[in-house]
Amino acid sequence: MALLEVKDLKVHFQTDDGLVKAVDGISYSVDVGQALGIVGESGSGKSVSSQTVMGLTRAGNAHISGEILFEGKDLLKASDDELRRIRGNDIAMIFQDPLSSLHPFYKVGEQIAEAVRIHNPDGTRAQARDRAVEMLGLVGIPEPRNRADAYPHEFSGGMRQRAMIAMALSNNPKLLIADEPTTALDVTVQAQILDLIERLQSEFDAAVVIITHDLGVVAEIADEIAVMYAGRIVEHAKTDAVFHAPEHPYTWGLLGSIPRMDAPRDEELVPIPGRPPSLINLPSGCSFHPRCPYVRDAHKKVDPSLEPVAGDPTHRSACLLDSSVRKRIWSDLQAGRRPEEARALELDGGTPEMVAKHAQEPPKAAG
Amino acid sequence: MGDALVEVRDLVKHFPITKGVVLRKQVGAVQAVDGVSFDVLRGETLGVVGESGCGKSTTARLLCRLMGPTSGSIQFDGREIAGIKGADLKALRREMQMIFQDPYSSLNPRKTVGTIISEPFVIHGMHDGKGERKKIVQELMDTVGLNPEHFNRYPHEFSGGQRQRIGVARALALKPKLIIADEPVSALDVSIQAQILNLLRELQAAMGLTLIFIAHDLSVVRHMCDRVAVMYLGKIVEFATSEELYAHPRHPYTGALMSAVPVADPRLAAQKKRQILVGDVPSPTNPPPACRFHTRCPKFVAGKCDVDYPELAVKEGGNIAACHFPLTDPEIAGAVPTAKVSR
Repeated sequence: MALLEVKDLKVHFQTDDGLVKAVDGISYSVDVGQALGIVGESGSGKSVSSQTVMGLTRAGNAHISGEILFEGKDLLKASDDELRRIRGNDIAMIFQDPLSSLHPFYKVGEQIAEAVRIHNPDGTRAQARDRAVEMLGLVGIPEPRNRADAYPHEFSGGMRQRAMIAMALSNNPKLLIADEPTTALDVTVQAQILDLIERLQSEFDAAVVIITHDLGVVAEIADEIAVMYAGRIVEHAKTDAVFHAPEHPYTWGLLGSIPRMDAPRDEELVPIPGRPPSLINLPSGCSFHPRCPYVRDAHKKVDPSLEPVAGDPTHRSACLLDSSVRKRIWSDLQAGRRPEEARALELDGGTPEMVAKHAQEPPKAAG
Repeated sequence: MGDALVEVRDLVKHFPITKGVVLRKQVGAVQAVDGVSFDVLRGETLGVVGESGCGKSTTARLLCRLMGPTSGSIQFDGREIAGIKGADLKALRREMQMIFQDPYSSLNPRKTVGTIISEPFVIHGMHDGKGERKKIVQELMDTVGLNPEHFNRYPHEFSGGQRQRIGVARALALKPKLIIADEPVSALDVSIQAQILNLLRELQAAMGLTLIFIAHDLSVVRHMCDRVAVMYLGKIVEFATSEELYAHPRHPYTGALMSAVPVADPRLAAQKKRQILVGDVPSPTNPPPACRFHTRCPKFVAGKCDVDYPELAVKEGGNIAACHFPLTDPEIAGAVPTAKVSR
């Protein structure tokens, strides 16, 4: 049985502007000792989905449906009290911005000790403090006994992120959710943090869900990758397959957009035209179709579902193109050829139809 | 390419730290830039890389004269600009422009795009004729891939990538000789980054621009730049062409940076041995003596690195590096993903 199993999760927010479909029917599972990477651009729903696992989106305007099974128990049906016992104990989360996640008035060591005491009410203060010092040492804070008495502002960015990780791991969680854990950090510190997450995963056999926009980060630490676009998972596969045999035009676009350290320097970047859609007013049919160079008329009407691809049952893709067509396009792209199916789309202004529509709009009056 | 457009010599910027309210007394200084010398050749793209606090943005602001240096010389197109003021400075600004990191805070939300892009003309009293300004602005919008019809729209009506295009159009308005781009893509989504990078490359080729490109993303810098300066704690520690730098970094700090960059290829990532630097960057108020990197350096030799300051000198392969014990080829091979493609 999977440690965490998310089934057809939908998170919709009612706002004044309309219904925001932040997460629109995603399913995934994570096993013990495994790392799942969730990749996507801003607004793809990657953070909302994991915040929902932690029960952090339980607001009045949120409509949540589906199932989130943790060790077989549905977290969406759990009471706030039950959730509080699981959160920080069995499931822990680290956030992107360590400064706003630590309380500025309390010493770092006290904050970690508090997390320990909440879930171990029988322990003494001294035991909790010892545990906090032990954890700070484990994540590589020098002189942990002294530094436990420091305030968050006395720590550098990397040390704060390590303190956050120490807090998250202080109760030996079975599942660690890391939301952009290294985005605010310099590369040398990022390497330290990634190393730490990998080590904890192997030493404590924890499962890890890592959410990021950085394909390099997931290439280094994820076993499987789910690519999200506009609230859906559009491709899900083993890490190697996502990078070497991707089966979705959005994934091709992401891989073509990043300069690679191992490619010739004059390599041409191929950006994805247009920009991510509004989650209030999603395009009809395949929601990627306005940005897809391989779009056909039928794709604007039919909503693709996540289906296994030919030849690899662990690899799923939500694309209406025929699998053989996709494989041919990818081999063309890899060889640097322009696939015959490709059609030209306007950059950043949307498809030719959208540009034409804009041109007809009267320009807005100034003031 | 050829002769130097900008020549920087021994550039220093110290920010004083003061104590007391009435009797302000200097008690120390943040040594943001501490003796930096380099040339920028006409038509090239010079990259400046380093971690936060290394002084790369301060260097950019000094070149643009958004602040004055503590000491040192900056020659721009044969003229000394380190101390110029007033009308001379205003005239200088016509020839160098800056593109900023955050396209959300660098555009005035209450002005239309047309007003924002034509502002440089107003300041310099150019193209006063009726309708002339609008025509030129619309041409500029077309050049950077914006719809000229959107002349009267406000910044909030544009996406992040489009806003960065507005910033590029504004920088191009006066046809400057030099453009300094400070982290121009780091606030953008991956799929949009490539659009802006391609735009900058096309414009540079078409207009013969000289570009200083500041970034922390080493793969972007490799893609964009002809030559690269690596900064650490206010000093240049290595300077080389992109090919040389990425094929065989000689300074241990450059090597560590390159080893730390995650490669977007799981097969390469599995082969690479990630080299972890211990600790954090020391405070620039009190930098370590001699080689500033010695406190974190994997090749530190006591009695040498913490006593003798290593001057920049040519090392094997043509890189210029400030190090007593530069990296050898076998040391580079396992840790640096780009070492493979070198010839």
